[in-house]
Amino acid sequence: MLQDKDRIFTNLYGRHDAGLEAAKRRGAWNGTADILAMGPEWIIDQVKASGLRGRGGAGFPTGLKWSFMPKEVKDRPHYLVVNADESEPGTCKDRDIMRHDPHLFIEGCLVASFAMKAHACYIYIRGEYVDERIALQKAIDEAYAAGLVGRNACGTGFDFDVYVHHGAGAYICGEETALLESLEGKKGQPRLKPPFPAGAGLYGCPTTVNNVESIAVCPTIIRRGAEWFASMGREKNAGTKVFCISGHVNRPCNVEEEMSIPLRQLIEEHCGGVRGGWDNLKAVIPGGSSVPMLPREICDNVLMDFDALRDVQSGLGTAAVIVMDKTTDVVRAIARIAYFYKHESCGQCTPCREGTGWMWRVLSRMAEGNAETSEIDKLLDVAGQVEGHTICALGDAAAWPIQGLIRHFRHEIEDRINAYRSDRGGVSMAGVAAE
Amino acid sequence: MSDTRVIKVNGEEVEVPTDLTLLQACEIAGEEIPRFCYHERLSVAGNCRMCLIEVKGGPPKPVASCAQNVRDLRPGPDGSPPELFTNTPMVKKAREGVMEFLLINHPLDCPICDQGGECDLQDQAMAYGRDGSRYTENKRAVEEKYMGPLIKTIMTRCIQCTRCVRFATEVAGVDDLGLVNRGENAEITTYLEKAVQSELTGNLIDICPVGALTSRPYAFNARPWELKKTQTIDAMDAMGANIRVDSRGREILRILPRLHEDVNEEWISDKTRFIWDGLKRQRLDKPFVRENGKLRPARWDEALGLVAEKLGATPADRIGALVGDLVSAESMKALKDLMAGLGVKHIDCRQDGAPLGEGGAGRAGYLFNSGFAGVEAADAILLVGTNPRAEAPVLNARIRKAWIGNLGLKIGLVGEAADLTYGYEHLGAGPGDLISAFEMLDGAERPMVILGMGALARADGRAVLKAVASLAASRNVVREGWNGFNVLHTAAARVAGLDLGLVPGEGGLDFAGILKAARDRDLDVIYNLGADEFEGRDLGGAFVIYQGHHGDAGARTADVILPGAAYTEQNGVYVNAEGRAQIASRAYFPFGDAREDWAIIRALSDRLASKLVGPLPYDDLFALRQAMIADAPSLGRVDEGPTGEEPLDLGALGVEGPLDGAAFRYAVDNFWFTNPIARASETMAECARAMAGVEKVAAEESVR
Repeated sequence: MLQDKDRIFTNLYGRHDAGLEAAKRRGAWNGTADILAMGPEWIIDQVKASGLRGRGGAGFPTGLKWSFMPKEVKDRPHYLVVNADESEPGTCKDRDIMRHDPHLFIEGCLVASFAMKAHACYIYIRGEYVDERIALQKAIDEAYAAGLVGRNACGTGFDFDVYVHHGAGAYICGEETALLESLEGKKGQPRLKPPFPAGAGLYGCPTTVNNVESIAVCPTIIRRGAEWFASMGREKNAGTKVFCISGHVNRPCNVEEEMSIPLRQLIEEHCGGVRGGWDNLKAVIPGGSSVPMLPREICDNVLMDFDALRDVQSGLGTAAVIVMDKTTDVVRAIARIAYFYKHESCGQCTPCREGTGWMWRVLSRMAEGNAETSEIDKLLDVAGQVEGHTICALGDAAAWPIQGLIRHFRHEIEDRINAYRSDRGGVSMAGVAAE
Repeated sequence: MSDTRVIKVNGEEVEVPTDLTLLQACEIAGEEIPRFCYHERLSVAGNCRMCLIEVKGGPPKPVASCAQNVRDLRPGPDGSPPELFTNTPMVKKAREGVMEFLLINHPLDCPICDQGGECDLQDQAMAYGRDGSRYTENKRAVEEKYMGPLIKTIMTRCIQCTRCVRFATEVAGVDDLGLVNRGENAEITTYLEKAVQSELTGNLIDICPVGALTSRPYAFNARPWELKKTQTIDAMDAMGANIRVDSRGREILRILPRLHEDVNEEWISDKTRFIWDGLKRQRLDKPFVRENGKLRPARWDEALGLVAEKLGATPADRIGALVGDLVSAESMKALKDLMAGLGVKHIDCRQDGAPLGEGGAGRAGYLFNSGFAGVEAADAILLVGTNPRAEAPVLNARIRKAWIGNLGLKIGLVGEAADLTYGYEHLGAGPGDLISAFEMLDGAERPMVILGMGALARADGRAVLKAVASLAASRNVVREGWNGFNVLHTAAARVAGLDLGLVPGEGGLDFAGILKAARDRDLDVIYNLGADEFEGRDLGGAFVIYQGHHGDAGARTADVILPGAAYTEQNGVYVNAEGRAQIASRAYFPFGDAREDWAIIRALSDRLASKLVGPLPYDDLFALRQAMIADAPSLGRVDEGPTGEEPLDLGALGVEGPLDGAAFRYAVDNFWFTNPIARASETMAECARAMAGVEKVAAEESVR
């Protein structure tokens, strides 16, 4: 259980003023010049030592990512791009950070950019986040006016500009290379990797793309010391994390908690428990819509961190916990998620373009029960053919929820199919080709 | 140029350059990799996912082999070479999966699809696909799009490989094509259904791996396996693009490009590709004789007799001979020998009047000396009086390729400003701007001048040639190991004509001179071998013999018509602007009573035997070629491009004289109508209308 003194986002709920003066009183912009004075290498080492793993979903160590940038600026400028295209269903942590604690975030942009020798930072904000963009822009304007960013940022002699770019609201633009394409004014379609953005990113220049939360926690980590951050959570899963709990809990909320907190504790202490009690729990999607769901048996004991969830064949993702009680039709729920991925597929790679629609159609029939039991294996096979065969991870994201559903709730699909058949005298219309 | 590296493909070690993709490396190792989106001449998209292979030691998922370089492979443990596999169960399953995805929304209309039999999807489905479909949902359908008069679209068949989009943006240089919407609603379209504004659109049909983009004129005409395929040479411009003519019986059905890295790579222009309906219309299929002002069909015997009588009875200095733009070298050689035998001095092959092939400058004075491929080596290109987009679209695409690939490349243009699909500096319009324009070549390592007929085919052409040559000399355009002095012809026959010396000798009249003399009644007989592009129909009282294949301008003035064969109907040598001799082959027989051109002249020489020293001394094409090569050895060096070592005395080019201030007028003002075949073609007329924006057809109406 995280103590109040260890919270990074002290205004996550907007109970205090988000403005510069109030943020300063809460600790933001405190000693920023001193941090920069320690030099880029030191900052990167601190972030590495803190064990911070990227908060955007993949959990790649942030310090390591920063160290992939060229050590010296050569013929091309360096860029920091912050991914504020928070589109993963269930996730709303960055939204509150930008609304209520924007100065921590902007300070993080400065520190991270300085560490990577980038003089410009682009914040790509989700199209639907209009209020957040306005709040963030207001905070940036304050920071400019106070000389914290801009020319000679914080009086350090480091010139630093930060720009907010408003996306048009496409899930795929949260993929880092699609985000860069979109930022360049092109169609948001993921790029082939390699080259990775650290080699050739925005406008072909070395670029690092980080999640809002990863950037916003950095100044506090450095102020309080890497050991402090590393002391929380389990080994390799250090620090605090903003969890977004939604669904069938009594009080859905965003809450900053220590990593590796047991899922049950997280739900019961912060959200008032599952609607109808823990025994009424059916399944939990622990990390945003793209990760496989967990049935109650696993939820009883699982810890909320990258490795523990990976061990149960799911993932921490964005830590967007979607709780489903026993009233939930999980097949229909996953069919809806499949529709989302079908809708958001960029259409570039064959497996994702064709496979997401196929999977959604099969699942929609399964949700009715209008399918053959043999189609469950077919669906699993198709999901396997999408997973890992595409340029970006959207194909994986589309396949995982379905794999999770079949892994844990296959019986429910079978029951549905059998019920549908018995209602109709044992006849199913599925499996008849349209041609 | 690049390092090499040892890798293992399916356990076999091969050494490959590190800048190759894994796909290319596997091909070197002899493994075929299926692919749809990958195309050697386009950027890598990596989106079809058909080329997945397994890389040992990497992540446990297959890798798109088109999108990764050998350089980026991680070595195995203890430095052993990286290993690739193309035959593992993982690869097989991945290919089956991708193929299944491609097919689920692809219509099963192969029996009525024009791509059938030459379809990548069909072939690869056979080789790499599953045996049956598991897809039981409804298939997607996509509305047809209008892409111009040449391309028929059946977009439901599209597999979104985006080759066409990449071709249009990268090679053709037009932004008309794009992918709209996303996910399974993604569609390839032209913006607002406008025609693709390019002269290279036909290549979209070739690069489309499925039947989504097919040839509209060829639609539902034939199956590829029914066709006789003849490898030959194009005559629509002076590039000598390598083509394949597909015919069935005596009918030409389509024209496709062949690969020639130094000439046309694998592209051809739309005129080259779609000219074939012109080859079937307006044909001269029997001899004609003018009687009471009207042409009437005649027999060969009668026509030849009449011609021989006229030629025999007219003094040599009252005979003129004109040679057109599409004529093969053999027929020019035969005509040259016939006229020489008669003692005729007034003979010229330079229909446009460009003063080339004169003086002592030698062959290099009228060639594209750096070769078309040399464009890619140049670091500064000055276009003088030429619009390569209209005069040689495939060369224009190569200039664009150089412009994209070489960031330091400077391009300048003297002439009317035009959309060339690449950025250039407009340095002036006429001869008066030449001196300042040449300054752009200062400091260039490999400067190049491309001199077009627009600068030369004018009254002050000799003076312009002189000025350009001396300015080129002042910039060392010809230097050790580099010859950047390039003349871009527009006529397929021209270089061979100049090689054979079909220019007026001492006291002879040139092309315009012959026409003028005829009008002034100073000439009594004109022998016109396929020349149709001159102004002025009135040739005075001269008796005109027209030998050619199309009833166009030349035939209208004729008193006797001797029907000849077009470039696809006879074997013949053509020399392209580079000076590269290439052999065109007969794809099908000439129409009706028409005969091969050289044979007509040979037959005529029989009738004039008494006046000549006997008939022309060749009874077959082989003997004629021997004589021709003896006359002009360069015609025997088949497919030999410019060596760059041919001596060129720039000082001997042109004649000093006053320069006219008028701006250069390009030699081709309407790309679609440059020769009699094109003017006979309905397709070309449609293209001209579409490009001019006259014709706007909705997709539904335009489906024939």
